[in-house]
Amino acid sequence: MVTGILLQIVQTLIAILLAPLLMGWVNQCRAWLQGRTAPPLTQPYRTLRKLFHKDAVIAGNASPLFRFAPYVIFSCMVLAAGLVPTIANDLPFSPAADVIALVGILALARVFLALAAMDIGTSFGTLGARREMLVSFLAEPALLMVFFTASLISQSTELPHIVETLAQKEFAIYPSLAFAAVAFWMISVAENARIPVDNPTTHLELTMIHEAMVLEYSARHLALIEWAVALKLFTYSVLGIALFLPWGIAPRGDVAALPLALAAMVAKLAAGGAALSFMETISAKVRLFRAPEFLGTAFLLAVLGMLTHFLLEV
Amino acid sequence: MALNYHLQIVNLLAALLLLISFAMLSQRRVAGLVTLFAWQGAALALSTAIVAWSTGQHHLYYSAALTLGLKVIAMPWYFYRLIRKLNVNRVVEPMINIPTTMLIGIVLVIFAFNLALPISQMSGTVMRSTLGIALACVLLALLMMITRTKAIPQVIGFLAMENGLFFAATSATYGMPLVVELGVALDVLVGVFVLGIFIFQIRETFDSLDLKHMEKLKEK
Repeated sequence: MVTGILLQIVQTLIAILLAPLLMGWVNQCRAWLQGRTAPPLTQPYRTLRKLFHKDAVIAGNASPLFRFAPYVIFSCMVLAAGLVPTIANDLPFSPAADVIALVGILALARVFLALAAMDIGTSFGTLGARREMLVSFLAEPALLMVFFTASLISQSTELPHIVETLAQKEFAIYPSLAFAAVAFWMISVAENARIPVDNPTTHLELTMIHEAMVLEYSARHLALIEWAVALKLFTYSVLGIALFLPWGIAPRGDVAALPLALAAMVAKLAAGGAALSFMETISAKVRLFRAPEFLGTAFLLAVLGMLTHFLLEV
Repeated sequence: MALNYHLQIVNLLAALLLLISFAMLSQRRVAGLVTLFAWQGAALALSTAIVAWSTGQHHLYYSAALTLGLKVIAMPWYFYRLIRKLNVNRVVEPMINIPTTMLIGIVLVIFAFNLALPISQMSGTVMRSTLGIALACVLLALLMMITRTKAIPQVIGFLAMENGLFFAATSATYGMPLVVELGVALDVLVGVFVLGIFIFQIRETFDSLDLKHMEKLKEK
């Protein structure tokens, strides 16, 4: 039990500390692919340090919600990152929430971000919040469908059970999971505000979604939000790994397998980050009104995954 | 799940066929459609070859080779040439918008799966569970033919339907006799060339490949 709690703390800390590194890796790959000089891998850490050292500027008409929203968002993301099996499976904290509750935690963070964006009353904030809600209300059911497909295979909505069924039982090809994986990729791209749904580097008012919401934030609040964004990308990445490529995650109580699990996780994340930057480079950002089509396709693929499960795998 | 690995791969390829069918429904560009059609043919040829290998049905090897030669190499090459010659690779909006088409597609898939369930229970082949997917592919291709107004997407829809039927034959009865399959392949090949000539004629007459113009041919 003590080992379990220790492992849980270590895993959560790894998530918090490695998340900016993953962001830096994605940015570096993207710069390479686009023929630019890449920023150093540690650039997100430097940005965070710089932001934490600055004095916060807050609009005069900001309510207390505007001040504490970054803390809520950051803690939601830490909570979500702690729930997903990253290097060790079946940790003491994981029974606290299944995949449906995990979607709820992510939604809570999003609601606070949108509320904070509307709080100041600038047009950009409201615009960003509305767009974010449009994207997320389409992405959320699709995400749930992906989770249901995985749950139907493993007969449980608990992440440790899903990972155990897929990684530690006899190997089998699940065609339904292939559909779910494509859908999950599309949803993660939309939820993490990446191309083709949103461009994380733009500040052009016609296209930005996420950036429009955080325009009013500065200093430590902005740092927490940026960190939460990195953590969100990290959480979605390890969630994808846990659902579709879970091989290497250490089973319960197997401390000896941990170094290998850590190495496997870093390798998978590096490959995933490179793939993300590659996909971002080859695709163009779609118009906002095409985003429902993009997410509708993701939903459809997830539903198809469930249907093929009933047809081929029962 | 106690299936053999090669059967699991066939199931995966069947799922891939269905995925490609949906991708075709959502594709706006004609050249993209041809590429997807070539991929569908490749998945079909591979699954047929695996079935041939796992069941020892040698005539299926010929079917797989025929599919590979015709539907992956010859016809896509012909279509690419046609698109280049006619210069029609533009974004074309289908008659019904794409999200709605996709939703209709999902309803069709559910319908096909339910329809195929009793038939596949009667069939004795190892890959009978994929019959539902084959039927869904046929219906989706039909839907694509209905929602497109341009000539080339309709021809591709017709060929995708043939792909679905071929897959249905393989999954229900290990394919048709070789003579029938050769005949069908020849028919399809000749059909494509005739339709190619036809497409040129349509453009000559109407200055466009939009088949809506053909409604003018009605007698008053």
